[in-house]
Amino acid sequence: MPKNSNLKSILIIGSGPIIIGQACEFDYSGTQALRSLREDGIETILINSNPATIMTDPSMADHVYLLPLTTKSLVKILKDHPQIDAVLPTMGGQTALNLCIEADEKGIWEDFGVEIIGVDIDAINITEDREQFRDLMTKIGVPMAPQATATSFLKGKEIAQDFGFPLCIRSSFTLGGAGAAIVYDEADFDELLSRGLEISPIHEVMIDKALLGWKEYELELLRDANDNVVIICSIENMDPMGIHTGDSITVAPAMTLSDRTFQKMRDMAIHMMRSIGDFAGGCNVQFAVSPDENEDIIAIEINPRVSRSSALASKATGYPIAKIAAKLALGYHLDELSNQITGSTSALFEPTLDYVIVKIPRWNFDKFEGSDRTLGLQMKAVGEVMGIGRSFQEAIHKATQSLEIKRNGLGADGKGYKNYDQIIDKLTNASWDRVFVIYDAIQMGIPLSRIHEITKIDMWFLKQYEELYAIEKEISTYTIDTIDKDLLLEAKQKGYGDRQIAHMLDCLESQVYNKREELGVKRVYKLVDTCAAEFKAQTPYYYSTFENDVETANGERFVDNESEVTDKKKIIVLGSGPNRIGQGIEFDYCCVHGILAASECGYETIMINCNPETVSTDFDTADKLYFEPVFWEHIYDIIKHEKPEGVIVQLGGQTALKLAEKLDRYGIKILGTSYQSLDLAEDRGSFSTLLKENNIPYPKFDTAETAEEALKVADELDFPILVRPSYVLGGQGMKIVINKQELEEHVVDLLRSIPNNKLLLDHYLDGAIEAEADAICDGENVYIIGIMEHIEPCGIHSGDSNATLPPFNLGDLVMEQIKDHTKKIALALNTVGLINIQFAVKDDKVYIIEANPRASRTVPFIAKAYGEPYVNYATKVMLGDKKVTDFDFKPHLDGYAIKQPVFSFNKFPNVNKQLGPEMKSTGESILFIESLKDDEFYDLYARRKMYLSK
Amino acid sequence: MKYKKRDKALILLADGTIFYGKSVGGKEGTSFGEICFNTGMTGYQEIFTDPSYYGQLMVTTNAHIGNYGANNEEVESDSIKIAGLICRNFSYEYSRVNADFSLEEFLNKHNLLAISDVDTRALVSYIRDNGAMNAVISTDVDNIEGLKKQLADVPNMNGLELASKVSTKEPYYFGNENATYKIAALDIGIKTNILRNFAERDAYIKVFPYNTSFEEMQAWSPDGYFLSNGPGDPEPLQEAQTLAKEVLERNLPLFGICLGHQVIALANGISTYKMHNGHRGINHPVKNLVTGNGEITSQNHGFAINREDTENHPDIEITHVHLNDDTVAGIKMKNKNCFSVQYHPEASPGPHDASYLFDQFMENIKNE
Repeated sequence: MPKNSNLKSILIIGSGPIIIGQACEFDYSGTQALRSLREDGIETILINSNPATIMTDPSMADHVYLLPLTTKSLVKILKDHPQIDAVLPTMGGQTALNLCIEADEKGIWEDFGVEIIGVDIDAINITEDREQFRDLMTKIGVPMAPQATATSFLKGKEIAQDFGFPLCIRSSFTLGGAGAAIVYDEADFDELLSRGLEISPIHEVMIDKALLGWKEYELELLRDANDNVVIICSIENMDPMGIHTGDSITVAPAMTLSDRTFQKMRDMAIHMMRSIGDFAGGCNVQFAVSPDENEDIIAIEINPRVSRSSALASKATGYPIAKIAAKLALGYHLDELSNQITGSTSALFEPTLDYVIVKIPRWNFDKFEGSDRTLGLQMKAVGEVMGIGRSFQEAIHKATQSLEIKRNGLGADGKGYKNYDQIIDKLTNASWDRVFVIYDAIQMGIPLSRIHEITKIDMWFLKQYEELYAIEKEISTYTIDTIDKDLLLEAKQKGYGDRQIAHMLDCLESQVYNKREELGVKRVYKLVDTCAAEFKAQTPYYYSTFENDVETANGERFVDNESEVTDKKKIIVLGSGPNRIGQGIEFDYCCVHGILAASECGYETIMINCNPETVSTDFDTADKLYFEPVFWEHIYDIIKHEKPEGVIVQLGGQTALKLAEKLDRYGIKILGTSYQSLDLAEDRGSFSTLLKENNIPYPKFDTAETAEEALKVADELDFPILVRPSYVLGGQGMKIVINKQELEEHVVDLLRSIPNNKLLLDHYLDGAIEAEADAICDGENVYIIGIMEHIEPCGIHSGDSNATLPPFNLGDLVMEQIKDHTKKIALALNTVGLINIQFAVKDDKVYIIEANPRASRTVPFIAKAYGEPYVNYATKVMLGDKKVTDFDFKPHLDGYAIKQPVFSFNKFPNVNKQLGPEMKSTGESILFIESLKDDEFYDLYARRKMYLSK
Repeated sequence: MKYKKRDKALILLADGTIFYGKSVGGKEGTSFGEICFNTGMTGYQEIFTDPSYYGQLMVTTNAHIGNYGANNEEVESDSIKIAGLICRNFSYEYSRVNADFSLEEFLNKHNLLAISDVDTRALVSYIRDNGAMNAVISTDVDNIEGLKKQLADVPNMNGLELASKVSTKEPYYFGNENATYKIAALDIGIKTNILRNFAERDAYIKVFPYNTSFEEMQAWSPDGYFLSNGPGDPEPLQEAQTLAKEVLERNLPLFGICLGHQVIALANGISTYKMHNGHRGINHPVKNLVTGNGEITSQNHGFAINREDTENHPDIEITHVHLNDDTVAGIKMKNKNCFSVQYHPEASPGPHDASYLFDQFMENIKNE
């Protein structure tokens, strides 16, 4: 039983829609917390406005409220549930903490007799109010950078004069470093100061002397009510001070710290945590270390809650931070809990790693035209990937292979930069590609000392790069026939993909694969176990590597593999990789439900994914987790190892779907809709033939591969024309053009950024209404799970439109056409599983824009709005376990549910905020309204044509 | 940087199992010892120079070893004490302003054989499942039969006295001679950081060889006595046990760490035993039963004191337990001014959570 037996009913606050700086890691932490509280028999009540989350599933909490994160909603919940004893606000990021503070200031918690657990308000205030924090640090003797607070423009100017440049400006009470900037000279100071003050809700900025080039570290801590503190993970930012940690490449464990300096840092972190109030839970502390002989340590900040870094630390170490933090909030002491990974040892310990993890952020600058792509104090990444390897080099290679930006790893793909000035510029102004440019710089022969001088990246990391390049050069002196086992093994141990080695040896990827098979250079799987194999572990959390041989006493030689294959029938679900605009948390929701459904059908479930922020990569979601890049070589090796019945590709968004063709080619069974049907839906020519045969209208269209062809097509179609590349999600590169000149410019642009792609040109139905339908089909029967109508007119990407479920003003005739078309198309495509179809409605006629036989962004929304487990049903259909007619569908919704997109434009002050066919929103929320007379709906409807700046 | 091809090397365990790897720095040779592993992610230099590791082949579980080089200062004794190093990735290149050498240079300076590129995880799992045993690391990969023969002659750690091999030959002093307190330390493998901890607490220390008698120590008229950490089996250390008994008979302040703790237990008739594979790392959880607090501690021991004997001993109280396996981590004598711990409050490497024990000893001296 929990130490505090007064806690019987607890409210958890979620983090709301996904925005830059606050992504699905809080779905992960919230989900863990809910499970953890449940284990202790506690009643859980959840508030979150984000429907695309696992945590808001009816099964996750006793009462789920999909309500806006406002104090008004809190009051409603507290009135409904007067039994609530406490609120746990540390699992929902800064959003939850801010709401908790607001409610506290309004006296709401006090009114309802609710205790705040897991943090105390004073602690939040101290850590967020930089002046108070600084005073406290001074008091306890923890050094900080010279720093001062400005609450006015004038005061800011004075401070700058005092400190000199460069300076950092940080806004108080903001997320993901919003409003933060480094100012190198006086000319830029005024503007950045004003912006910082504006962004801060309390009109306050901290100005500190910039510690550019200092090494940056983070420690993840847990503290219990008995004041025991443990360090779960040390994280080193490869990118030193000056780049927001959310935008930095980070490595765990810390790579370049001596024990002496590390222990000093550990002492400081513990001291800091103990100094900020009296709470039990998780905490993140950031430090800078001077890169000189002093190894001075300076505290940067402390976050008294579960953070993005603690999600990463959980995945990096295997230690379930949020789960344990929730238990600590209940009053448990660390020594009363067990390490869930080993099952036999204590939770009061510090994990040790015998591998390295590298996290690389995923940016989406292409979505923000005109944005400043330089990395700095303000976070700009929309997602992240993590690579696990037995060395830094292997881990960084796996992370780069996970990014899905058409690179195969570092170097060896002919895509590197070759221009000296360009390389120097890209080293100087760090952006999404600096991780690759360092390799290019070494390849070009730029001395490491120069690269270090520019980037301030620690020489150890640069030398790792240099060693990689030395291996590339060595391998290039061989051919596929002459390369020996030792060298090939070494290259694989360093993380080089078969494709990269093929590039070096000038042969085919499959030849390298065959050579590996022939020489016995086989991928093996190791366990993430928190303890470097000191104890036997219980959890099936694997990553791949390559190892040297072991030989038994009787002469049997083998490579040690920890992933034992069972004889159960099993399936693999391919995950959706890093979050990006157009492919976010929705697909993780789908993957997790796919796993759960397959498990219910008696399958052993295997998950492959590389996104550390997700629930799908939690070690207790699937029966087996392979934390690996969703990259052909890795997937194929896992499939060869596990020999599953089949692979589910339709739940993991475009990432998984893109691999369908190759899976099919290698004779691997795709569960559900076949590759041929997936391809048919994507191929406009065949798809339109299908529509024609079924008598279904579609806008005139054609395809083109050159600008010349596109111009010819335009003569046939009439402007406006919608131009887009095929096989993309989230409308990447999609644009509406109104004349030949625009068309030519856009086509040339597209072919340059996405070469060898077929372009689709549609006649754009101006002024049409857009609608979409999601359905489940078993090949014979179709069940439409929901039809949504967009509030904005045709032309704004469906992901960026407000939409209602069910439609608010489509007539019976139109609805009938939608239903009829949906059923016909689902059957004609031999869909087995989910399908999403987008429609344009003009003059009461329904046209097909596109059909995607896979889980869509709207499926989780519809499932939440109707309270039905559609992904579960669809997965059972894919597996052939159930027919559509086997389910008892009982959707329930009073009134309407509105899907509202959420944008993160405030991170990109100069960007074009106009909406169009390319998706720009980062998240969404759900709003339930009783009728169309609702003010919120009226507002949205009135503004629908404003192509507005959000 | 030029690509370097590394020569083959191997580890042969006493039971005949072989793990393949590569020789570090192209060095040739063969080295014997008992195989053990340390799970620390920092502090390799402190580990390699810790006299408690004398005669052991060290497997480091951290993925990389040598990243921050080595220096003359962060050492626990004047030389490398391990018998050989086994790691996954050896960093030939390092980065630290405060380093005096690369780790390769440091190992060469002390003529230590190291092998890398070994599946250390498989090796650790093997030791975990099969227990600590003797082993050999060698670059002589074509002479496995010869290595097997030589390995058979290596003595077993059980019953092995090693303190005499690492102890100082002559007494020496540490710290400020004008300090308020005087501590006599018996060196059965002492780590320098223990001395630093005493010196920081206003003590002047005289370090005595392993076989020093009580009378010799008493002649210096110290305020307190200390029994150090060290390698090997505590049982053969008869002189040290006698010394402990004499200090206890006179009820003088006594503190023991690790091997010293085992010696104190033996002096009280509590037996010791060789553990399956010991505790070696810097993340070991200990609970202080007196305060109820947890500590993350640095540990390095292959022997432990018998829990049942300790519980049944009328004059001894268990003050600390290891949270992972409930072994005894600390004891106190009920009617004597004496306590001892199995782990390393001096850290180095490792967390400083237990440094209060030094304060406690100083208090014991002051209250005497």
